[in-house]
Amino acid sequence: MPEQAEGTAGSPTNEVRDFLRRRREQIAQRWADEPLFRAVFTVSRDEAVEAGKAVVDALAQVADAARVEDPDAAGFTSVREQLARMGAARSRAGLSTAQVSSELAALRQPVENLLVADLPDASAEHARDCVTTLSVLMGTLRVVVMQTALSEGQALIDRQRLQLLEVATPVIKLWDGIVAVPLIGTLDSARSQVVMETLLESIVEQQARYAILDITGVPTVDSLVAQHLMKTVAAARLMGAECIVSGIRPAIAQTMVHLGLDLGTVVTRASLADALGYVLHQLGVGIVNPVANGPVTR
Amino acid sequence: MHTAAGAQARLPIRSDMDLVWVRQHVRQAAAQIGFGLVDQTKLVTAASELARNTLVYGGGGTMETEPLAEGGTRGLRLTFSDEGPGIADLEQALSDGFTSGGGLGMGLGGARRLVHEFAIESNPGAGTTVRVTSWVGRAPRPREEI
Amino acid sequence: MSEAFPGPHAGPVTGHVPVLRLGEVLLVTLQGDLHDSTAQQLQQDLAETISRSGATGVIIDISGVEIVDSFLGRVLAEIAGQTELLAARTVLVGMRPAVAITLVELGLTLPGVHTALSTEVALDLLTRHAPSSHFGGLRQESP
Repeated sequence: MPEQAEGTAGSPTNEVRDFLRRRREQIAQRWADEPLFRAVFTVSRDEAVEAGKAVVDALAQVADAARVEDPDAAGFTSVREQLARMGAARSRAGLSTAQVSSELAALRQPVENLLVADLPDASAEHARDCVTTLSVLMGTLRVVVMQTALSEGQALIDRQRLQLLEVATPVIKLWDGIVAVPLIGTLDSARSQVVMETLLESIVEQQARYAILDITGVPTVDSLVAQHLMKTVAAARLMGAECIVSGIRPAIAQTMVHLGLDLGTVVTRASLADALGYVLHQLGVGIVNPVANGPVTR
Repeated sequence: MHTAAGAQARLPIRSDMDLVWVRQHVRQAAAQIGFGLVDQTKLVTAASELARNTLVYGGGGTMETEPLAEGGTRGLRLTFSDEGPGIADLEQALSDGFTSGGGLGMGLGGARRLVHEFAIESNPGAGTTVRVTSWVGRAPRPREEI
Repeated sequence: MSEAFPGPHAGPVTGHVPVLRLGEVLLVTLQGDLHDSTAQQLQQDLAETISRSGATGVIIDISGVEIVDSFLGRVLAEIAGQTELLAARTVLVGMRPAVAITLVELGLTLPGVHTALSTEVALDLLTRHAPSSHFGGLRQESP
């Protein structure tokens, strides 16, 4: 930039940018002593300083792009993850959103002091403009952290939803080498994925040669559900296990026929008991029924 | 600093050997971003299919990886570019079973089923660019939507 | 959270994959990231070994394989088909769940390829039964 004298640089934004780049080390050093950085980076002070430098660099980049008011500015991208971690760490420590916000606000003062000290020769108006620009920039930083904190909250909800899915999908060992999953409720794509993964994992764990998918508790079987069942059966087969689908209620069987759904080569049985009987027979295990005085396996 | 920025890269696809590097790089990037084991495997497999297409049909090219973050969801975008002869009939190339050499014809269509977003741009004589994106923790697309 | 395989950098495998002979059965253990040419070499080696040794079964253990794409999938299917022609049968053993899900999603269900959960199961079945008999642990989808 031509004709740019020390202390009286062009626009306030450029001034702030140059200041951030010049005072990077000092700002990071001061931030490292602030509660926010001290509480998050507990391993070493150097770690806090490094993190501080990254934030200063991001702020300088945002100022360079003249987007001090834009929380979506590209400059923030590189530190978004770090800021999210910092915000999350403070939330986990039991701080309210307002408390995190005020810890963030506390980062402004040390920077502002340095900036004012750097502008002894500037006109009052220019100095004020620069301080205002810095305030806006620091405010935007706060917005960025709060945004990521909120999305962290959303991520938490998503994680819990996923955990709920896993809880709702128990895999039961019925016999040596036989596992079963009783499916209850609607099977959407997310749930089917979890069912498939849990079942296949348990096939490996239990070295189960047979897996029974019981759909007695599934209210409807549309083409999507049928497709998921077929995929699970195919994946199990690739691993060396046979999957049996049981519990296809008459009403569902009717709908499936109406819809033209075909489970293809998949072995199906009316009930879980029938499926178990089939598998035991395959394994060569016979059970003697004392009442009927004969084997019930089929 | 340790961020997802480490996952951004551009790799050459010039030989069989490069396919191995592409797979290892995508595996690492996906793990770093937080993809679960199954999604990592899907993404690496899609990358392998697309990189092989780039090599075999495009006469070589590059793959770029780019970590993404959108509304708290993280993702990985892979872009495969070549300056080969291009694809005349995209519809046909994407349909299962179609192949103009080698594979089982699962390359493009198969890769498309393994990712969340799939975009292809190709003109005869002007090369092909395939861009795929997957997001952490998102359910796979049901096949109907494809 | 992110999961990574225990050894994601088990370097790419190039050259020949060792083929072990256990009586009538050939045992191949694939591991890590397979080079295309290595897979093709294996296909060739196996055909030669079978016709030379008169083996009746081939077990391919892929429990250490992290990804099977359509190329490797095709090679495995071809190995199975080709051993069948040589009056032997191939059993694919130990496919990881993530690999199985991906293959199904990819549209490759490898019909005609026998599978088993472990080498023990495969070995037991290959040696105890005649190739034509039907038994529980060996899966082959009807075409």
